[in-house]
Amino acid sequence: MALNELLWVLLLGSLLGLELIGKVPPTLHTPLMSGANAISGITVLAALTLIARAGDRVPLLVLGAVSLGFALYNVVGGFLVTDRMLAMFSRRKPASSRSTKS
Amino acid sequence: MTVSVAKIAIDLAAVLLLALGIKGLSKVRSARSANGLAALAMGLAVVGLLIQVQPPPVAWLWIAIGSAVGGFLGTLTARTVAMTAMPQTVALFNGCGGMSSLLVALGVALVPQGESLMAPVVEAVSIAISVLVGAITFSGSIVAMGKLQGWLSTPAWAQTRARHAVNIALAVAALIGLIATVVPIAGGAQADATAPIAALTLLVLASSLLGIGVTMPIGGADMPVVISLLNSYSGVAAAAAGFVVGSQLLIVAGAMVGAAGLILTKVMCDGMNRSLVSVLFGGALGGTAAASGGGGEYTNITSCSPEECALTLEAAERVVIVPGYGLAVAQAQHVLREVTNLLEQHGVAVDYAIHPVAGRMPGHMNVLLAEADVPYEQLKEMDVINPEFPATDVVLVLGANDVVNPQAKKDPTSPLYGMPVLDVQEATSVFVVKRGMSAGYSGIKNDLFELTNTSMVFGDAKAVLGTLLQELRELGVGKAAAKV
Repeated sequence: MALNELLWVLLLGSLLGLELIGKVPPTLHTPLMSGANAISGITVLAALTLIARAGDRVPLLVLGAVSLGFALYNVVGGFLVTDRMLAMFSRRKPASSRSTKS
Repeated sequence: MTVSVAKIAIDLAAVLLLALGIKGLSKVRSARSANGLAALAMGLAVVGLLIQVQPPPVAWLWIAIGSAVGGFLGTLTARTVAMTAMPQTVALFNGCGGMSSLLVALGVALVPQGESLMAPVVEAVSIAISVLVGAITFSGSIVAMGKLQGWLSTPAWAQTRARHAVNIALAVAALIGLIATVVPIAGGAQADATAPIAALTLLVLASSLLGIGVTMPIGGADMPVVISLLNSYSGVAAAAAGFVVGSQLLIVAGAMVGAAGLILTKVMCDGMNRSLVSVLFGGALGGTAAASGGGGEYTNITSCSPEECALTLEAAERVVIVPGYGLAVAQAQHVLREVTNLLEQHGVAVDYAIHPVAGRMPGHMNVLLAEADVPYEQLKEMDVINPEFPATDVVLVLGANDVVNPQAKKDPTSPLYGMPVLDVQEATSVFVVKRGMSAGYSGIKNDLFELTNTSMVFGDAKAVLGTLLQELRELGVGKAAAKV
């Protein structure tokens, strides 16, 4: 794979990331951090690649499996815990219409 | 051919969904579905990769083991962790992402270069960066988690200027390790050579220690900024791992997280009126405070009973509640809700004032109050509520401390100086519910407690609110309205 292509991907991806987060309400800082954190567990892909390329070299298979475990811990835990937080915001929607603000 | 077309289509779909996911996470209404989209994107990306590489049977066994353990522990942690422990949980997950990049890079470094997907020099540089950033992310996140959990306190050396020298030395050592990893390969070693083990070991050790050395001095309200920054690093580590294995999807996703994390870090710093440099190199809160030994003795403290507090509340027209971490830890939100309901029925205007870093992380208090069914429309942000304090009769501070410290505005020598605070002292009277005179999270003395319009109500937030509720009922507050 050509290096220049990958550098383009890196550049455009960074710009996209900068563009995507504009004004975030403070309410969402914690869930957003947790959600972005889960996405950084995308290293599952790298771990899977390593395992697939390891052939029959056991040390590499083990390294790959441990790496996969860490990455999936990040991904699965991250998405679930973010969902748990966000669920609490939406759950109160019907209840809150009742209480009047002063 | 068809396989690669399918792979490309799946990858493009995954990138699109990831972008939509990050975008949606920054808006309240779309956040939950956006999180689902991002998770779906991740699943698609994994399917796409498996279609492309078609792992041999032996690989599947190890994939199954790794997935089962990681997935199970992740589910378990996410389900069982308390909402109050959210900051340290995010730090832990984040560190694991960094560790994953580190391990992959080490693994690829052990593969003879004849099998590389990338040019040897590119691969060596990517490996070195992935190891460096991954190790810093992991060790830094674990330290951050330990500090938030209360397992680690700021050690003495971390408060001295010597820490800068130590960290610079570590950074230089890491740089030497990095160069020593890359140069032999760039210099045209044989095609079947592996990366030099000694250089890699130095790189791993030095960068792990650097992560510890940089994070250790930081404490107090600056902690969330560090977590956000480490989150950004984990994206960078993922992108570097993408270069190592030659995956465009990994690079673009890592870059997105890295950049988004940087923006979020900046937003947080702006919210607290602190610069990133002062967070990283100041090590102010926590450190200085502990050094000054709790910040001096209190004089002229007025304390009062819940009864007096109830009488004042009954006569008030406008009350503002300032909830803090202590309230959430005591699980006193539900009693608080009952108290405010009574007051509202009595015709008292009640609002909640939410400081951007109330709790242990920006937005953490909103999550904690959401758990207790407090409607988020009633939560007012600092900029909105601050001008309203002079027209407020009573402020009830519940387990909050640093975020209401007037020192932040008045005393340039205070470590808190410059941090925006809630101007509760502008109100006619202030009641501070607190268990004792101990210092807050930052360990700094609070001038608010000595002001003449401030009264301390000592006791556990839940117990005090319970008594308050009883007193209010005995006074007949809310009763008349309830009968109508």
